[in-house]
Amino acid sequence: MDFGLSEEQELLKNSARDFLQKECPKQLVRQLDESKDGYSPELWRKMAELGWMGLPFPEKYGGGGGSFMDLAILLEAMGYNIVPGPFYSTVVLGGLAILSAGSEEQKKELLPKVSSGNLRLALALTEPSARYEAAYIETAAKAHNGNYVINGAKLFVLDAHIADFLLCVARTRAADKPENGITVFLVDSKSPGVKCTLLKTLARDKQCEVIFDNVVVPKENILGGLNRGWQVIQDLLQKATVAKCAEMVGGAQAALDMAVAYAKERVQFNRPIGSFQAIQHYCANMVSDVDGSRFVTYKAAWRVSEGLPATFDVAVAKAWTGAAYCRVTLLGHQIFGAVGFTMDHDMHLYYRRAKAGDILFGDSAFQRAIVARELGL
Amino acid sequence: MDFRFSKQEQAFYEEVDEFLTKELPERWSEECLYWPGGYGTIPDFEGLSPEAEQFRHKLADRGWLALTWPKEYGGGGRSHMEQAIFQERLSYYRAPGPGVATLIAGPTILQFGSEETKREWLPRIAKAEVRFWLAYSEPNAGSDLAAIQTSAVEDGEYLIVNGQKSWSSGAHVSDYAWMLVRTNPSAPAHKGISLVILDNRSPGISIRPLINICGFHSFNEVFFDNVRVPKRNIVGQRDRGWYYAMAALDYERLVVPIGNFKRTLEELVQWVKKEGLSQDILVKDRLAELAIEIQIAYMFFWQTACMLDKGLLPNIEASVFKLVAAELSRKLAHTAVTVMGHHGELHPDVQWAPFRGRACIGYLDCISALVGAGSSEIQRNIIAARGLGLPWA
Amino acid sequence: MEFAFTKEEESFREEVRNWLRENISPRWSEIDAGLWEETEESWSLLRQFQRKLGQKGWLAPAYPKEYGGLEMSHLKRLILSEELAYHRAPFGIETEISVNWVGGAILLFGDEKQKKKYLTEVAKGESCFCLGYSEPNSGSDLASIQTRAVEDGDSWVINGQKTWCSFAHYADYCWLGARTDPNVPKHKGISMFVIDMKTPGITVRPLINILGRHSFNEVFFDDVRVPRDALIGQKNNGWYQLVMALDFERSLIGTAAANQRLIEELLQYAKETKIDGKRLSDAPLLKDELAELVVENEVLRMMCYRIAWMYSKNLHPSYESSMSLLFSSELLRRIANVGMRVLGHYGELDRDSKWAVFKARILRTYLSCISIGVGGGTNEIQRNIVAMRGLGLPRQQ
Repeated sequence: MDFGLSEEQELLKNSARDFLQKECPKQLVRQLDESKDGYSPELWRKMAELGWMGLPFPEKYGGGGGSFMDLAILLEAMGYNIVPGPFYSTVVLGGLAILSAGSEEQKKELLPKVSSGNLRLALALTEPSARYEAAYIETAAKAHNGNYVINGAKLFVLDAHIADFLLCVARTRAADKPENGITVFLVDSKSPGVKCTLLKTLARDKQCEVIFDNVVVPKENILGGLNRGWQVIQDLLQKATVAKCAEMVGGAQAALDMAVAYAKERVQFNRPIGSFQAIQHYCANMVSDVDGSRFVTYKAAWRVSEGLPATFDVAVAKAWTGAAYCRVTLLGHQIFGAVGFTMDHDMHLYYRRAKAGDILFGDSAFQRAIVARELGL
Repeated sequence: MDFRFSKQEQAFYEEVDEFLTKELPERWSEECLYWPGGYGTIPDFEGLSPEAEQFRHKLADRGWLALTWPKEYGGGGRSHMEQAIFQERLSYYRAPGPGVATLIAGPTILQFGSEETKREWLPRIAKAEVRFWLAYSEPNAGSDLAAIQTSAVEDGEYLIVNGQKSWSSGAHVSDYAWMLVRTNPSAPAHKGISLVILDNRSPGISIRPLINICGFHSFNEVFFDNVRVPKRNIVGQRDRGWYYAMAALDYERLVVPIGNFKRTLEELVQWVKKEGLSQDILVKDRLAELAIEIQIAYMFFWQTACMLDKGLLPNIEASVFKLVAAELSRKLAHTAVTVMGHHGELHPDVQWAPFRGRACIGYLDCISALVGAGSSEIQRNIIAARGLGLPWA
Repeated sequence: MEFAFTKEEESFREEVRNWLRENISPRWSEIDAGLWEETEESWSLLRQFQRKLGQKGWLAPAYPKEYGGLEMSHLKRLILSEELAYHRAPFGIETEISVNWVGGAILLFGDEKQKKKYLTEVAKGESCFCLGYSEPNSGSDLASIQTRAVEDGDSWVINGQKTWCSFAHYADYCWLGARTDPNVPKHKGISMFVIDMKTPGITVRPLINILGRHSFNEVFFDDVRVPRDALIGQKNNGWYQLVMALDFERSLIGTAAANQRLIEELLQYAKETKIDGKRLSDAPLLKDELAELVVENEVLRMMCYRIAWMYSKNLHPSYESSMSLLFSSELLRRIANVGMRVLGHYGELDRDSKWAVFKARILRTYLSCISIGVGGGTNEIQRNIVAMRGLGLPRQQ
C-alpha cells in the first residue's frame, strides 16, 4: 500500500504545473474559451515537445512509454491549471482506443502522429438521446462496394470541429443484443458528408454536432473488428472515465487553494473571513471532497494501470469525484461572494467544468447504478 | 387560519392573469431567460427594450406599480396580499416592470421619508417615470456593508460625494442612485451613514460595465468624483441611513419571483415527459422534492404578505424567506442540469436548445442568489442572532 | 502509488481471520453488545478476550517488544484493526483508549518505570484505563479544565470533577488531565496523571446513555492523594501530551471495515426481503442510496489507509485524522438513516421483539451514532482543526 508518488512522477507533476502556470495563464484560457478552435497551436506544439501527447504510448510508436498512472498525474496537473484544447480527446479518447484495439498498421500509422502532436482525434459516440447505453446507437454503417457508408447524427462530441479523424461508433447490424452490432470506424473528418457544428456549452468545451451524410469509410478503417466495437468502447470508457476524474481532482484542488488563499486575505468586520467558523467549516468540507476524490481516483487508475478488473472502482471514483468537484466549486463561489460572479474572476471557470465533467460518460446516479450491479443488486 | 383567497383577491388574481396574457409582448415568457432567485438575469437590468418599457407604462397606467401605497402618493391603496398576488402572477410570466424604485426605494421613502420627499418622488415612481439603482456595496464593503467609505461632505446646500460603488446592478439603465454615503466619519460606523438619492446625470459620475458569469451586463463599477447632491435629496434624517438601509434590505429580500420557480419547474417537467423520462424513478423523486420545496417557499411568500397586512414588519421572516429562495434557486438549477444531462449544458445561444437553455444559465445564476442581497451566511447570522437571540459572534 | 497489500500482509489477514473465528466466543456474538451498550457480562467477556489477544501480542501490537508489543508495522496494524472491526470482536473504544490514546502518550512521555509498569499491564490485557478529560464546564474547550492537582510533600492532591468518563466504573486507572498551575495561560498549566481508581476519595456516579445503558460516568475527586510518580511526563506540559494522544484517538482506522459489515447486512436484507413479489433492492431509489453508501465507504477506506501509510513513512498526520474521523461519523449517520429507510417500521423495534431484524442493530446504531460526531472532539472542532492545522486558516478571534 503506497500513497506516494515515485520521484519521476513528482517531477512530472511539478514540472507540468510550473510549465502550465507560465504557458497557459488564465488570460489565455479565457481567450481560447471564446475562440472557435479552442486551442493554441503554439501551446500544443510545446506540449508535444515535452512528450505529453506521447506519454502513454510505447516508444516504438513514438511515445514516452509511460503508464496510465503517469497519464493520470499529468491530467491532474492539466485540470489544476485548466488547459483548453483537444488533448483529452486526442490522447485519451482516440489514442488509448487505438492503442488497445488498433491493428499493428493502424498503430504504426496513427500513434506516432498523435505523439508528435501532428494528429488530432475526436470520439463520436453520443447521439441526440445523450444516453450511454448501446441500444441508443442509431447511427448506421452499411457495407457497400467493399467500403462502409455511414449515416446518422452525433451530438456532444468534444473537439470534432478540429479533429483530423473521428472515431465514429455506428451500428453495423441489428443483433439480438444491441451491444453485438456495433463497430468503431476511423473517419477522416475531411470526408464528404461529414458536417460539424460547434455548440455553445456551459463549460465552453467545444462540443459539436456531427452529421454523417452518406460518408464513405474504407473497411481498413474499422477499429477493433467488425461488430466488436462495443467492447472497444466499454474498455475505452473505463480509462476515459478515470482520466476525466484525474483532471477533476486537479480542478477541485485548484478551487480549494484559491478559496483558502482568499479567505486568508479578504477582511470584513475587521478580521479575515477565514477566521469565521462557517467559512472554516466550508473549507474543511472541501478538503474531504478533494482528498477523497484523489484517493478513489488514483486507486481506480492504479487498477486500470495494472490491468486488474476495475469496473467497481472506476464507478466509485466517478460517482464521488464528479459530485465532489461540483460541491467544491459551489463552496468556492460561496466563499468568494459577489466578486466570483464576474466574468473576470477564475472560480466560474472551474465551476462550469465541474458540471461538464460530472455529466461526461455518466453522472453520479449512472455510476451508482453500475456500483449497484457490481454489488449484485 | 385560512388558505384561500377572498372573493376580491381571487378576482384580482384573474384580472392580473388576463392582463398579462394579453399585454405582454408575444413570447416574452418563453424567451425571457430570468432564472428564479438569481440576480444576474433580472429582465431589464441589462437593457431596456421598447416593448418592456411600453409594458411597464401599461402597468403604471393601471396603478399597479405601487399597489399598496396610499392613493395620495399615486398608489393603489390596496392590500399587501393583492401586491403579493400581483407579484406572483407577474413572476409566473417572467414579466418586467417593478424594479428597485417601486419595490425598494418607494416603500422605504414611504416609511421614513419626510412629507416633502414623499411628494417629490413617490408619484413619479408610481408612474414609471424614474428608475433607481442600489448604490450600496464597495470593494471593501460587501457583507460588512457598514464599512463603506464613499464620503459625502457638506458644502452649503449640497453634499460633495467621492468614492466608488461596486455591483451596482442596472446603474447603466437607471436615472437615480439609491445610495449609502458616509456623512460623519468620526461617528461609529453604523451611525455616520446617510441615504441619499443621486442623479445619474450629475457631472463626475463614470460607469464601467462588469460582465457577470452568465455573460449578461448587469453589474457595473461606478466612480464618483466630486459629485454634487442637493441636501434635499437626503432620505429621512442625516446619519440615520444605516437603519433605513436595513429596512430597505428587508423589502429587497421579499422580492422573490415566486411564480417563476413554479413555471420553471413546470417547463422542466414538460421536457422530462417529452423525453420519455417520466418512468425514471430517480428523476421523478428529484422533481417531486422540488415541487414540495416550492410549495414551502410559497407558504413563506404568502405569510410575509399576511404579516404586512397586519401591520407587522417581516424582518427575520424576510431573511428566512430569502435564504429559502436562494437555496431553492440553487437546487432547481442543479436538478435541471442533472436531469437534462448533456442537454443541460447547451447555452441559450444554441437555437434549438431544449428548455430554452435555462439549465445552463440557471446553473450559473443561482450562485448570485446565494451571495447577493446578503449572502446565505449573513442571512443565517441574522436569523440566529435576531431571530433566536443567539449572541453575535 | 500502489493499492494492494503484500503477500505477507494478505496472509497475516488470513491468520487474523482464522484466529478470530476460533476465539470470539459464541456468547459474545449472541449478546451482540455494540458501541455504548456494555453490560457487566459483556464487559467480563471483553476482558477475557483482551487477555487472549494480549497473549498473542495483538492487543498492543505497536508497543516495543519489551512492553509486550510486537513492534508491528502500521499496515499490519491496519489489517488487524480492520478484521477486529469487521468481525465485531470484543474490541472497541474502550480498548483504543487504554492501548492507543493512553498507552501512546505514556510511551512518548513516561519514564522507564512507568512505561514498564503500565504498558506491560495494558498490553497483556491486565489493566484498562478510563479518560479523565471533560468536565461540566470543559467540553469542546478542553483546555479550560479546572480539576486541580496540588503538590503536597511526596504526593499530589487531586480535587475536582470529571464527566462523560467512559467505563470509569470498570477501569483500573484513570488517565487524568488536571490543572497544576492556575496562574498561566490555560494550555500551559495542565499535567497528566495516572490515578489508581481504588484510591480513596474517588466517587463514580453513573450516567445512563440514550440506549439505556451505563457506559458514562461523573467522577468526583475529593482530596485524592496519589504518589509523586503518578505524574506522567513534565509538569505543566500535559496539554501537548494530551493533544498528541488525541491524534492517536482520531485515527480509528478500522471504521471502514465496521461500516462494510453493516452495509453488507443491509444489502443482504434488501436482496432477500420481498414486498409484492419484488425485492426491496429492486427499487431504483434504494439501489441508488445503497450504492452511494458503498461509494462513500470506499472513500473513507482510502482516507484510513492513507493515515496508516503516513505513519509507516514516519509522516505525522495533522489534519488527516480529524478529517477521517469526521467523515466516518457522518457516514455512519447516513448508513443508520438508510438502514432505517430500508427496514421501515421494523427498524423501530428493539431487540427483544420477535420481529426485530438482525438484533435491532440498525436502531441501536441510529442512537449510538449520535455520540460519534460529538465525543472525542465534535465534528465542529474537527472541522476547525482541518481548517486551521490543515489549511492554515487564521484562528477565530
